[in-house]
Amino acid sequence: MKLFHYAAPHHFYRLAGRCAPWLAALGSVLALAGLWLGFMVAPSDAQQGQAYRIIYIHVPVSWMAMLIYLAMAFWSVLGLVFQTRMSGLMTRALAPTGALLAFLSLWTGALWGKPMWGTYWVWDARLTSMLILLFLYLGYIALTSAIEEPRRSDRAGALVALVGAVNVPIIYFSVKWWNTLHQGASVSLTQSPRMASVMLSGMLLMSLALWLYAAAVALWRVRSLILARERHAAWVQQLPEVLAQRARRAGT
Amino acid sequence: MRATPPPVPSPWLAMAALLRRDLRLAMRRKSECLGALFFFVLVAALFPLAIGPEPATLRLIGPGVLWVAALLASMLSLGRLFEGDHQDGSLEQMALSAAPLTWLVIAKLGAHWLISGLPLVLLSPLLGLQFALAPEALAMLALTLLIGTPVLSLLGGIGAALTLGVRGGGVLQSLLLLPLCVPVLVFGTGAVDAQMRGLGAQAHVSVLLALLLASAALGPWACAAALRLALE
Repeated sequence: MKLFHYAAPHHFYRLAGRCAPWLAALGSVLALAGLWLGFMVAPSDAQQGQAYRIIYIHVPVSWMAMLIYLAMAFWSVLGLVFQTRMSGLMTRALAPTGALLAFLSLWTGALWGKPMWGTYWVWDARLTSMLILLFLYLGYIALTSAIEEPRRSDRAGALVALVGAVNVPIIYFSVKWWNTLHQGASVSLTQSPRMASVMLSGMLLMSLALWLYAAAVALWRVRSLILARERHAAWVQQLPEVLAQRARRAGT
Repeated sequence: MRATPPPVPSPWLAMAALLRRDLRLAMRRKSECLGALFFFVLVAALFPLAIGPEPATLRLIGPGVLWVAALLASMLSLGRLFEGDHQDGSLEQMALSAAPLTWLVIAKLGAHWLISGLPLVLLSPLLGLQFALAPEALAMLALTLLIGTPVLSLLGGIGAALTLGVRGGGVLQSLLLLPLCVPVLVFGTGAVDAQMRGLGAQAHVSVLLALLLASAALGPWACAAALRLALE
C-alpha cells in the first residue's frame, strides 16, 4: 500500500527532507503576513488598548500546544496498532515543540494578565491545565529519554501519551466546569465570531503559520532521530550528506 | 498415548491466590506498609506546625492538606508494587501464566489499595479532627478518599509499570503521575469544600465516581501493556 511506503524510515527520511523547507518557508510568509495584519492594520481594542495584541501570539500558541498533544496521541495509537517504527519517532519529534509552545502560552498569558488582571498568575482553570499540559510534555520527554532500549522507549512513551491525552479534553472543558476568571473563548465555530474580521484573520494567519512551523520543525527533528536510530543501517552510510561529512573528516 | 494437558486454573482462582499472597507478604513486612501510613500522619501534622494553630485557617486548608498528603503517601508506596516481583522473576511467571496478565494486575492493584489506600481512608477522619473539620466534612473527606484512593492506585500502577527497572525511576514516576492525579485531587477536595459550604457535594462525588470507573476500565489494561514492555 502506498501509504505504508513512507512507514519505512529511509523513505520517510527523504520525504521529510523534501517537505520541511517548503513548510518552513510558507510558514514564515504567513507569519509575516499575520504579524503585519495584527500589529499594523488591526485597530486597538476598545477595552484592552494595545495590550490585546498579544492574542496574535498567545491564542495560536495555546491552540498548537493542545493540538500537538493530540497529534502525539494520534501517532501513539498508530504505533501501538500497526507497530510502525516511524510513529514513535514522530511522537518523540513533536514533544519538544509542544513543551516549548505550552511554555510560551503560559509566558505570554502572564504578560497579558499583568495589565489586564493586575497579576501575572492566577490559579484559574485554564492556566492551571496549561501548566499540567506542560508537565505532561516534560513527563513524556523524561520517560522516553530515560529508557534506552528503543522499542520499549517508543511504546512506553505511546502509553504515556495516550493516558495523558485523556487530560486534554478536561483542559478544554475546564472552562465550562470551573467558572473562573479567564475570559470565555472568543472564537467559536457555531456562533459568528465576536471579533473584528481583521483581528480574526490576523489570528488565523498566525495559527496557520504556527501549524506549518510545528510541522517543519518536527520533520527536521525526526530526520535527526531517524539518523541516530538507524546509524548502523546501510542506507544511512550511503547518504550523500553522511558521505560528505566522512570525506570532510578524512580531509582534515 | 498422549499426556492430557494440565487443567487450566480459573483466572478467578489465580486472582484470589495472588491477592492472598500479596496481602500475606505485606503482613510479613509490616514496617513497609506502615511507613506510608506514618508518612501520611507526619505530613498532615507538619502543616499546623508550619502555618499556625488557628482553627479557622486549619479548617480551610484541612481537606486540601489531607488529600495532598494521601496523594504523596500513595506515590511513596508505589515503588515496591512490581519491583520485588520483577527482581525475583515471579512477574515473568505471571506474564507467562495461563491467567490473563490484566486480571493478575487487577489483583495486585487491589492488594496494593488494601495495604496502602484503605488505611489512609480509615485514618483520615482522625486527622480531619485535628484540622477542626465538622462531622459532615469528615464523613465527606473519608468518602472522597474511599473513591479517590483506588484511582490513585490504578494510575500509580501504570506509572510503576512504565518506570520498572528504569534509572531514576522514583522521581520519573512522580513526574509522570502527579499531573495525571490532578483531576482526582480537584474533585476530591472540591467535594469536601462544597459540603462545608452547604452546597451539596453530589456533583463532585459523581465526577469522582466517573473517574474511578474510567480508570478501572482502562488502568489495568494499560498497566499490563506497560509490564509486558518492561519484561521484553
